[in-house]
Amino acid sequence: MPRHKLIASESDVRIEVDEGKDNEFSLYYVEVEENSKGGKEKQATRDGKRRRERNGEVSRRRASEKRSTEMSNKRAEKKHEKHHKTTRKEGEKHRKKQRRNADEEEAEEESSKEKKNIKNERTKTLKLEDEKEKDVKKKRKKHVKNEEDDANPGKTKQKDCQDVALKEKKKKRKKPETTSESESNSDSESKDNQAVGVLGSLTPEELEKLKEAVDERKKLITTLKGKPWPMKKKLVILRESQEFVEKYEGALGKGKGRKLYAYKVMMMKKWMKFQRDLENFKTACIPWEMKIKEIESHFGSSVASYFIFLRWMYGINMILFGLTFGLVMVPEALMGKPYGSMSRKTVPREEEASAMNFAVLWDFGGYAKYSVLFYGYYNNQRAIGWLKFRMPLSYFLVGVGTVAYSYMVVIRTMARNANEEGGGDDTSFNFSWKTFTSWDYLIGNPETADNKFACITTSFKEAIVEEQESKKDDNIHLTRFLRVLANFLVLCCLAGSGYLIYFVVRRSQKFALEGLENYGWWERNEVNMVMSLLGMFCPMLFDVISTLENYHPRIALQWQLGRIFALFLGNLYTFIIALMDAIQLKRAEEEIVKKNMTIWQANLYNGTMPDNSTALPITVHPGDVPRGPCWETMVGQEFVRLIISDTMTTYITLLIGDFLRAVLVRFLNNCWCWDLEYGFPSYSEFDVSGNVLGLIFNQGMIWMGAFYAPCLPALNLLRLHVSMYLQCWAVMCCNVPQERVFKASGSSNFYMAMLLVILFLSTLPAIYTIVSIPPSFDCGPFSGKNRMLDVIQETLETDFPAWFGKVFSYASNPGLVLPFLLLLVLAIYYLQSTSKTYKRVNMELKKKLQTQNEENKKKNKLAALKTANELEQARKAGEQHSNSASDLGENTQNSEPPVSSTHTTTRPPASRGHTASGHLPGHPQQPQKNSHSNRR
Amino acid sequence: TKQEILMAHKIFSELQDRENGPYSSRVSMEKIHTLPELKSNPFRKRICHVFSTSDMKDGSLSFEDFLDLLSAFSDSATLEIKSHYAFRIFDFDDDGTLDARDLEKLVNSLTGETDDTRLTGEEMRQLISNILEESDIDKDGTVNLSEFQHVISRSPDFVSSFKIVL
Repeated sequence: MPRHKLIASESDVRIEVDEGKDNEFSLYYVEVEENSKGGKEKQATRDGKRRRERNGEVSRRRASEKRSTEMSNKRAEKKHEKHHKTTRKEGEKHRKKQRRNADEEEAEEESSKEKKNIKNERTKTLKLEDEKEKDVKKKRKKHVKNEEDDANPGKTKQKDCQDVALKEKKKKRKKPETTSESESNSDSESKDNQAVGVLGSLTPEELEKLKEAVDERKKLITTLKGKPWPMKKKLVILRESQEFVEKYEGALGKGKGRKLYAYKVMMMKKWMKFQRDLENFKTACIPWEMKIKEIESHFGSSVASYFIFLRWMYGINMILFGLTFGLVMVPEALMGKPYGSMSRKTVPREEEASAMNFAVLWDFGGYAKYSVLFYGYYNNQRAIGWLKFRMPLSYFLVGVGTVAYSYMVVIRTMARNANEEGGGDDTSFNFSWKTFTSWDYLIGNPETADNKFACITTSFKEAIVEEQESKKDDNIHLTRFLRVLANFLVLCCLAGSGYLIYFVVRRSQKFALEGLENYGWWERNEVNMVMSLLGMFCPMLFDVISTLENYHPRIALQWQLGRIFALFLGNLYTFIIALMDAIQLKRAEEEIVKKNMTIWQANLYNGTMPDNSTALPITVHPGDVPRGPCWETMVGQEFVRLIISDTMTTYITLLIGDFLRAVLVRFLNNCWCWDLEYGFPSYSEFDVSGNVLGLIFNQGMIWMGAFYAPCLPALNLLRLHVSMYLQCWAVMCCNVPQERVFKASGSSNFYMAMLLVILFLSTLPAIYTIVSIPPSFDCGPFSGKNRMLDVIQETLETDFPAWFGKVFSYASNPGLVLPFLLLLVLAIYYLQSTSKTYKRVNMELKKKLQTQNEENKKKNKLAALKTANELEQARKAGEQHSNSASDLGENTQNSEPPVSSTHTTTRPPASRGHTASGHLPGHPQQPQKNSHSNRR
Repeated sequence: TKQEILMAHKIFSELQDRENGPYSSRVSMEKIHTLPELKSNPFRKRICHVFSTSDMKDGSLSFEDFLDLLSAFSDSATLEIKSHYAFRIFDFDDDGTLDARDLEKLVNSLTGETDDTRLTGEEMRQLISNILEESDIDKDGTVNLSEFQHVISRSPDFVSSFKIVL
């Protein structure tokens, strides 16, 4: 076709392309176009001048385009002039003649003047007007078709989807084009009298448009992932838009900037690829994915959440371990003075015989006590090794850093969880949630699935019953009394266990004073054993007590957790208080030793060198030097022992309580008088909450003791690693899926909050000891200082320039610190109040939205009714007057959106709105390609 | 991620191998259901139907469809995608809304096939009316997509439970 050689009008090309693409949509296009053109044509018939303008404008545009493609100027002008003439003629004729005739003549004239593209358009419009009535019919058909579509159950959804997608796509293409066109229109209109339009090859506006289009494409690419389309379409769209972006992205810059831009784009791509690789690597590094998945499929997400929590803990401990190991233990072991060089690094003479015994080592005495594992081994030398590693400072900073890091991680996780949860407290959708979200898609085990079915059924039934008699409450006094009684009993338990621990710790101190060698294993490990046993049996007791008060199971679970939490906390704190007592005792002892030390030293000097005044180095074996009791190491040892015994009890209960029980039930079932598997003992369930609590407390002890025993994170890492495998195995082989499955996500923040509380409570005593108790005089990195904090001051004085110390001292005086604290408090208050108001506004908005939604629906229904009525009337009218069909067409067009939206509510109304807005849909590629090629 | 896609492809080609014709790029619904992840899911038929793009409406999946399925159920899918597909899965008659019959089917498949776990007719009626009362904002007797998404978005544990991991 010749018009391809000429610079074709955009609309023509577009139609062709679209026809090639998709029949339905091209039809749609043509219709829209016809509409708009028809409208314009009508206007033109009313107003000849404007029509001329339009013609002129079209020709001018064409001319300018030609010019921009480096065709001869003159020719364009000639053509243009010719055009003007013809259009003028047409206008005159037009006034005289009927509209249709004019169009016909016009078409003839133009065809004779070799302007084939224009002719094409004209003829089309001509046909258009001929077919106006047909058009209306078509539209009606289309409506019918639409409705059919909606009724057709199989395809609609997908089609809708595609509709929306394609419309969006079209919109995106259309937008730049149409806007630029309208702009050029306005441009040419403003310069109407000038002979030639002064449209440059690439105006800044066009550039802007292009940029916008590219940006939109980019946005589409990034948001593509979040669209619910099938993969194929995503791929197609992605490829198209990527091509588009690639084509035009480079063209946006100019000269040097362009190169830079291209470079930037390239780097961006590289960076993206790198990020993706990193992401892949990261996911490959996450351990135990398969194990957890298996558990998930057998036990649902709640049990798996425990293991995910365990893995998370493992990660944290890994980092803590890295800190202490890399910055404290390794430097000391490599660069510090070797074993046996000082008294604090040697086993004392009287213990040397038994220092290698396994029992002693297991107790972390003997050689283990005098090693990098404990506080006492470290020297107070300021800088060690050839690196001048500041050991005491590093020790202190690592101690602070572990705590700070833990706080940061816990709080960040909590915040993220809170974000994800959203408005989970809302109970207005109780039933809907039960139906829509109760199935756990991770379950892949038929047995679990059966359990889940039963569980869901009971929950439905319960909910219905509750709904039916939610107001009925029988004998509130009895339940109240029982609850009070239960709480009283629990309090008694707590107090009793607290006293027991206190008593045991005191007793153990007495034993220790008398010398441990006279006592057996039980006396030595009494404290830890009692604590572990209490932790094991008290929860069972609480469980029994909690049956007295018949709470809803979820609330009961929380009460139970709270009580166990209180128990553990009480135990831990009595333990710490007892330890404090022990510290006081040790310090008293230390004073005595100090005095004796001076006497001993004096004796030594007097004994070995009575007459020689030159101070020679005294060579005494460091094992013989008398030493203080070193309370820090004692504290560290206590914690390590506690952890070990705790771990042991956990594993043993796991083995006995779960494994043995399962074995017994399995094998004795054949020769027993009742059904063991479904009767009394049955198999055990996995106790998620108890296990999580145990984990949390374990972590709390780590945080508390890590300062005095740098080996604790390592130990904990080992423990977590082992328990991961052991518990995975135990769960898979001897537990049954829970009958009552609690969702994990709701309580995860509850656990996190507990972790935070524990973290806070465990840092309190550690900080107290660091700040207020003077370190012992002959062991540890801070020996010889008044307070452990003095390390910082020392570093400031010696390692930093003087002005820094001055600034620091100014900054730390109370006159500055107090206002700063005040400011912080104010800021917190302000943020809190703003968040509160935001919440309230949010709620109000939600309410408003709901009411508006309802109103809208009502309105829509009314409108639909109204339009239906009008339609009918109009149809009657249309039968009477066939001439008024065009009006009817508009009428139906207008009335269409509400109708369709009531029929297919899933379709966003926006897509509908823009098709009705009647601007020329266009293909952006054409003009942009032109301009692009122009610039080259 | 890449590994996940490779893994999915491995599983998919394993399923394909068991198919008679090596040239068929689609895997029938029954084969998909032999996957352990879907074996005990009460919605497995619906899932296949929703994600299938085959013309025969037999619920067979091509590899792209399979990937679609996995990505919709993966961790990284947004709430919007998940709720959209959940809606389509629950919409048993594919008419774009959840009406009383859809809900009844949904509840039935949630409570299992056996009779002893099923709800009685009375309970069912009560339940459905309750559900509609809660989530049918415009009171037209059905739950449409936006209402569904509204309800789902407030739920605390939908995202964590609407997941399938290979």
